[in-house]
Amino acid sequence: MNREYYGKLIFELSRQGRRGAIVPDNGCPSAPKLPDHLVRAEAPELPEVDEPTVVRHYTNMSNNNFGVDTGFYPLGSCTMKYNPKINEEMAQHHAFSGLHPAQPAGTVQGALELYVRLSEELCRVCGMAEFTLNPFAGAHGELTGLMVIRAYHESRGDTKRNKVIVPDSAHGTNPASAAVAGMKVVEVKSLPDGTVDIEALRPLLDDTVAAMMMTNPNTAGIFEHSVKEIAAMVHDCGGLMYYDGANLNPMLGVARPGDMGFDVMHVNLHKTFSTPHGGGGPGAGPVGVRKGLEQFLPSPRVMRDADGNYTIECPEEALGSISATLGNYAVLMRAYSYLLSLGGEGLRLAGPLASLNANYVKESLKHLYKLPLHGVCKHEFVFDGLADKSTGVTTLNVAKRLLDYGFHAPTIYFPLLFHESLMIEPTETESKETLDRFIEVMEMIAHEAAETPDLVKGAPVNTPISRPDDTAAALNPVVTFADLKAACND
Amino acid sequence: MSKTYFSRTHEYVTVDGNIGYIGITDFAQNALGNVVYVDMPEEGDDVAAGEEFGAVESVKAASELISPVSGAVVESNEHLIDNPRLINQDAMANWIIKVELSDPSELDALMDEAAYKEFCATEGAH
Repeated sequence: MNREYYGKLIFELSRQGRRGAIVPDNGCPSAPKLPDHLVRAEAPELPEVDEPTVVRHYTNMSNNNFGVDTGFYPLGSCTMKYNPKINEEMAQHHAFSGLHPAQPAGTVQGALELYVRLSEELCRVCGMAEFTLNPFAGAHGELTGLMVIRAYHESRGDTKRNKVIVPDSAHGTNPASAAVAGMKVVEVKSLPDGTVDIEALRPLLDDTVAAMMMTNPNTAGIFEHSVKEIAAMVHDCGGLMYYDGANLNPMLGVARPGDMGFDVMHVNLHKTFSTPHGGGGPGAGPVGVRKGLEQFLPSPRVMRDADGNYTIECPEEALGSISATLGNYAVLMRAYSYLLSLGGEGLRLAGPLASLNANYVKESLKHLYKLPLHGVCKHEFVFDGLADKSTGVTTLNVAKRLLDYGFHAPTIYFPLLFHESLMIEPTETESKETLDRFIEVMEMIAHEAAETPDLVKGAPVNTPISRPDDTAAALNPVVTFADLKAACND
Repeated sequence: MSKTYFSRTHEYVTVDGNIGYIGITDFAQNALGNVVYVDMPEEGDDVAAGEEFGAVESVKAASELISPVSGAVVESNEHLIDNPRLINQDAMANWIIKVELSDPSELDALMDEAAYKEFCATEGAH
């Protein structure tokens, strides 16, 4: 793409009076005028552009995007598996696409049935009693789950429980959600192999513990072998176990959080259940609870009455509403479509294949990249930078250089267990050829780091933008054309 | 005559008389990456040795600030509000808070520069 010519903002392409479409006179000269107080004083500043320019502008811009449809995306902890197109077809089905969220239950029985069926399938996969599909994202699910836990403790008159224990390897959203839910975050240390240190946990357990949040496998891709013992310890002190479903993928159809002793959990439909990730949405973070906690789920809930009709209920004892509607419904449809197209057998293959792919990449590269945790990983693993750090090439440099070869970078500098974390999750949907190409490129980058370190430190060189000053962008974001004009005039 | 002491959580305190200038070390700023926000106490607040007194947020992570000494804050570095990246430019010159030490004996528990350098070398190899 010629960046100079096609890389401009739509506002920069604007020429006064230019039109993409001519709207004919509406033929209604006597149409009532807007009341004076509603009429704006000045015309809005909108771009005036012809149709081919508009089409080229947005088509070129879409080509600058990188998604799972354009290339390999091994972003650890994010499960960027392919999003099957049949999901899109189902989500656009005319029987559903025209429904309004406020329609009376009697007119949307099919839609409510799908909600209940998906909830039931998630219960079967996760070993829970009921799922609410209302939360709009994983972190929203975490907050909802913690509110359920608080409502449970309060219902028993146990109001002093304000402590949430999170491992030091946890996703940043865990302590953030606990803080937003009004709880105090207490960190528990990991052992050198990345799993929870039971001896460090023991002294933290008392009658102020509301819950312990865990991800299993953890953020280093290691299965927490002591999870049942940990759950028993937390339950003994009266706390509940919360499962962060970010890493559910390798467990699908193999092991269930409910059987590991978890009481409340969320799943990320946009990770494990193949619905699209967006820059901010729409996502879905359904929350499941074990038997005995259903009444604390948020409103609205979908119920089935004695005649088999589905109803939308807002029960008294629930914690209230965390969403205006029954979730991001079209996302739920995609996840349900995924579950039905894979079926039980297909679902049981996803996790082992994801783990096989991760182990294949790990074992192929561990002679060039530092592998801090040995042994079999689950769906993802962490390198601690290059094995040879003598040339000063960092994980950031390796990640930037990957962009030059047409791969999305893995997750970097997370988990915080290691200084140079490079977290790779290939997912089950990649062919051996794609994995081999990725391995080949990672080997090339390691050799470049040794032989021509400055090349890697200056990467990327093939992308439309090389190294923006991300700190300046975070501090002084320019997000509108007006901001840009102001910034240029400064 | 001032002397600088270091903590295992990578804060320093440069002591001049009974006044201590507290900041994060060069090792810490390098590990954190570009700093985008510094949360710090106000004049008159008390800080305690080993306790959190604020946080540094970078493009990589948010990190708690642990005070190496106890005392009352006499000044916080307001330049860091508009320009938190000063910490990356020179972490030792751009202290975060200035405190009046309430217990100078706490300094005995901290490291001197040579000991801290050695400590960082083992941390880096971790």
